[in-house]
Amino acid sequence: MKRPSLWAIVVALIPFCAMCFSVAAWDRVYPMLLGLPFNLFWLLSWIVLTSVCLGIVYRIETPRTAKPEPRSGERSP
Amino acid sequence: MSPSAIALTVIFIIVVSGSALGFYAGTRHKMSLEQWTVGSRGFGPLLMWLLMAGETYTTFSFLGASGWAYSRGGPALYILGYLPLASVIAYFILPPIWELGRVHGLQTQPDFFLAQYGNKYLAAFVAVVGVVFIIPYLLIQLIGLGIIVEIASFGAIGHTQAMIIAVVLLGGFVFVSGIRAVAWVSVPKDILMVVASVTIGIAIPGIYFGGIGKMFAALASAHPSHLLMPGSTTNLGHSWYISSVLLSALGLSMWPHGFAATFTAKSAETIRRNTIVMPMYNLSLAFIFFAGFTAYLVIPGLSNGDLSMLTLVRKTFPAWMLGLLGGAGALTAMVPAAVHILTASTLFSKNLCRPIFAPKMTDDQVAKLARIVVVVLSLISLMVAMYSSLSLVSLLLLGYAGVTQFFPGVVLSLFWTRVRMEGVFAGLVAGVACATVLILGNHDPFHGINAGFLALCLNFGIAVLLSLVQPVPTGR
Repeated sequence: MKRPSLWAIVVALIPFCAMCFSVAAWDRVYPMLLGLPFNLFWLLSWIVLTSVCLGIVYRIETPRTAKPEPRSGERSP
Repeated sequence: MSPSAIALTVIFIIVVSGSALGFYAGTRHKMSLEQWTVGSRGFGPLLMWLLMAGETYTTFSFLGASGWAYSRGGPALYILGYLPLASVIAYFILPPIWELGRVHGLQTQPDFFLAQYGNKYLAAFVAVVGVVFIIPYLLIQLIGLGIIVEIASFGAIGHTQAMIIAVVLLGGFVFVSGIRAVAWVSVPKDILMVVASVTIGIAIPGIYFGGIGKMFAALASAHPSHLLMPGSTTNLGHSWYISSVLLSALGLSMWPHGFAATFTAKSAETIRRNTIVMPMYNLSLAFIFFAGFTAYLVIPGLSNGDLSMLTLVRKTFPAWMLGLLGGAGALTAMVPAAVHILTASTLFSKNLCRPIFAPKMTDDQVAKLARIVVVVLSLISLMVAMYSSLSLVSLLLLGYAGVTQFFPGVVLSLFWTRVRMEGVFAGLVAGVACATVLILGNHDPFHGINAGFLALCLNFGIAVLLSLVQPVPTGR
């Protein structure tokens, strides 16, 4: 199988750093933002930002694929 | 009508309409083995998304997440951490898995291991581990269903009777229709569920505290430590959070039913686009946390946190609202439970029984056997569900400790040409054994780290080491 490119992997690691490894830095109640404790606010923001990161990964990877894959339907066996 | 009669009637109507939709979808298509399990690979983007999303949004998130927000506090946040990260993993590994599925005509997870490693005993072992560790997931749904009926009846229907009702309905549902029905019932269930959770997550803090922000302000001044890790526990701190998030994020794509669902997608491109938007779906979980945290302030002292969300709803809203939520919750339990049970029975008959014990079985006989296994499995789960005292989240973590052990074997086979069957097999056996010993011996978390994660590290290490000591393959 074709391995993902280095840049794609780097971008994909960002959410892991933000939501997982750095927990000690953001697991706090204050400052409360939008009425939420900071840890909850942080995680909810990163749910959205994770999608953004994946979108970027998609952009990085797509030009590397020879052609965008055939439209859905053409391939069903 | 009494409140319990109203609530139960509403639940009944929702469940019956949902099931009727399933039966209808099931009878319109002739069921071959492939049709029954992977819907003939014909699902478009929308149906595929609903299937995947519907399976993510289970009783676990609905009753279990609020239950842990209530009983454990901060550690429950691991749920919000792992689900988006699981999508990142899925983005990279599901498209190649789908591709191999298309090339080799794969239907199940053990099929995949057989195609990649060419050893039927490894495939059979994968099937056994899959069946065993999907049972805790199935139990979550059954116990959840029991909780819903129990609370909606205001205690008139006991837990045991409620679960018998649940199992009968579920067994019948799966027996007749198969996976296509499951996908279609996901549609009304997901809509109901999202609407209900958002309403409750906003309304309940609003009614008791005048808003979500005010509720959190009250909680932060009264019990600030409940909002942090380890919250109301002593051993679920930051190292537990990191290890549990990693274990679960790596494991989400490893559930045997998720694997099978991947093969139903129309193209790798469909899967990629789905996984990009998938994290957003988890935003609606926030509302469930709001409800759980409110319950901690309003109805403290429940011995079983998993009851907190519905108990609070019952206390706050009219009976029909409880019924509406209970009905959505019941479908939320039934749909994934059907998927679990269907997957387990297929694994058992197709990947364990036929290749190892009865190689002459035809596809039709396998399909028949799978249906018999559905009944047997339902009964086993019912027995276990009656005696289980684990919280819903603990049950899920137990399942993850098992299924994530597939991760090294799957990923190494996709991206590392030097991987060898012997290494993966030995790693898998060691990982499963290690997780089982630690958890059954009550050593989870082990020195503050999730036991399943430790087992995964051992598994990975063995798989890589044993592959490296083998001579470099010449072909392949």
